[in-house]
Amino acid sequence: MNEDETKQVIFKILKRIAPESDPSALGSDENIRKTLDIDSFDALNFFIHIDEELGVTVPEADYGKLNTLSEIIRYLSCRKG
Amino acid sequence: MTEFRMPSLGADMQEGMLVEWLVKPGDRVRRRDAIAVVETDKAAIEIEVYEDGVIETLLVEPGQRVAVGAVMAVIARESKSKSMAPEKATRESVPRAAEPEEAAREKTPPSIPDTGTQRIKASPYARKLAADRSVDLSTIEGTGPKGTINAADVEKGAAAVPSRPTEKVSSTPTKEKGHAASPQEAPAAGPNAEKPAAEDSQTAMRRAIAAAMARSKREIPHYYLQMRLDMSRTLHWLESENLKRPIKNRILPVVPLIKAVSLALRDVPELNGYWIEDRHQISEAINIGFVISLRQGGIIAPALLNTDEMCLDELMEALRDLIVRTRSGGLRSSEMTAATITVTNLGDLGVETVYGVIYPPQLALIGFGKTMEQPWAENGMLGVRPILTATLSADHRATDGHRGGQFLDALNRYLQEPVNL
Repeated sequence: MNEDETKQVIFKILKRIAPESDPSALGSDENIRKTLDIDSFDALNFFIHIDEELGVTVPEADYGKLNTLSEIIRYLSCRKG
Repeated sequence: MTEFRMPSLGADMQEGMLVEWLVKPGDRVRRRDAIAVVETDKAAIEIEVYEDGVIETLLVEPGQRVAVGAVMAVIARESKSKSMAPEKATRESVPRAAEPEEAAREKTPPSIPDTGTQRIKASPYARKLAADRSVDLSTIEGTGPKGTINAADVEKGAAAVPSRPTEKVSSTPTKEKGHAASPQEAPAAGPNAEKPAAEDSQTAMRRAIAAAMARSKREIPHYYLQMRLDMSRTLHWLESENLKRPIKNRILPVVPLIKAVSLALRDVPELNGYWIEDRHQISEAINIGFVISLRQGGIIAPALLNTDEMCLDELMEALRDLIVRTRSGGLRSSEMTAATITVTNLGDLGVETVYGVIYPPQLALIGFGKTMEQPWAENGMLGVRPILTATLSADHRATDGHRGGQFLDALNRYLQEPVNL
């Protein structure tokens, strides 16, 4: 899976969480939680979906490092198979 | 014979719109069965009955707006053979009596639209969108939890040619509830006649919240207390607990907070209950109303029942279930009315201190801010700790600051021994 495909998966997950938003309009360094108004419950759901769809289990300690698209994509690219 | 009336689902509710009946005349219902879906200013709620019986007449059509207290249906009582065990409101999910329906379906009088057993699950926002864009929800495939239709599904359905075009031709387009497949469509008195279509659901939501909050500030002499809590023990413990769990079962930090509130309420029960007709009524059951914000704006605070009796895993599961149903339109009427106290957590947004407004007729509201690293002195040593500010807003008619202080002290004590939560 290349970077673009990973991005599409992330957009799909975000769209499910924030149906009224347009995740593809996110800037790569924008804070996703703030822009899309995602609370801690939905943030956990986001990581659950990432685990299900990309097979990467993000430990709780890393939640805080993953705030923007570019951070998430970089993080996932080193870990997914 | 009993008259089934539109229940009040909170201090802020004046009326509700019947979305659909889940039963029809002749159906046997049991206490706590959901018999109708009602859209309030805030959400679509499943309305439950209070006793066993047989549905005799349905007096209200889907689409009609019904004032709180108005008769909606007549239910014949069953012969007193069955003991009506006065069970305490527990969180068992009562299975919906769906079996006998199939056989009786043919005889359904035409005035009652056949909504089928698989009623349409849709978020309130999706229902509104569908109404605005004249999309028939029955033609839309839900991609949300358990097939719930969300706003994105509606948007997709509105834009594209529906995948099942055969069904689309039926019924009034703006109708947001079930597919009235019968050719004898209920005439003029259709749903849209009563519904002020232009009325923004946001406006209605704001008006509902305004009524409850204005009443609170008018009637309840609030007092406020705040305490800074060292969260390091709870958070360390939670982190190690979550390491043992698959990601799906991880517990959010708010869960031990809810549990600690529930245990502290056992110690200080005076804060748990209602002030009604100049009387302080303490509730034995501890049902936490948890404030959930809706994506389209506004809030709902449905109840988590008997939280003091749940372990953290059960509580997380109950919270997840409640949030999902709040956002997808599957709340039950008992959950709207059972809360004995409210908890609001605004920490996600970086808020440090909450000065809460009590939800009448409750006695108190607990507010949690963001947990932040702060300098903290203990035993003559200065260190950095994760600190959470908890506030209590309480009704001064029912309790005094002394009792409130004892509650916050107990809350703090429980959070310093997370193993016992």
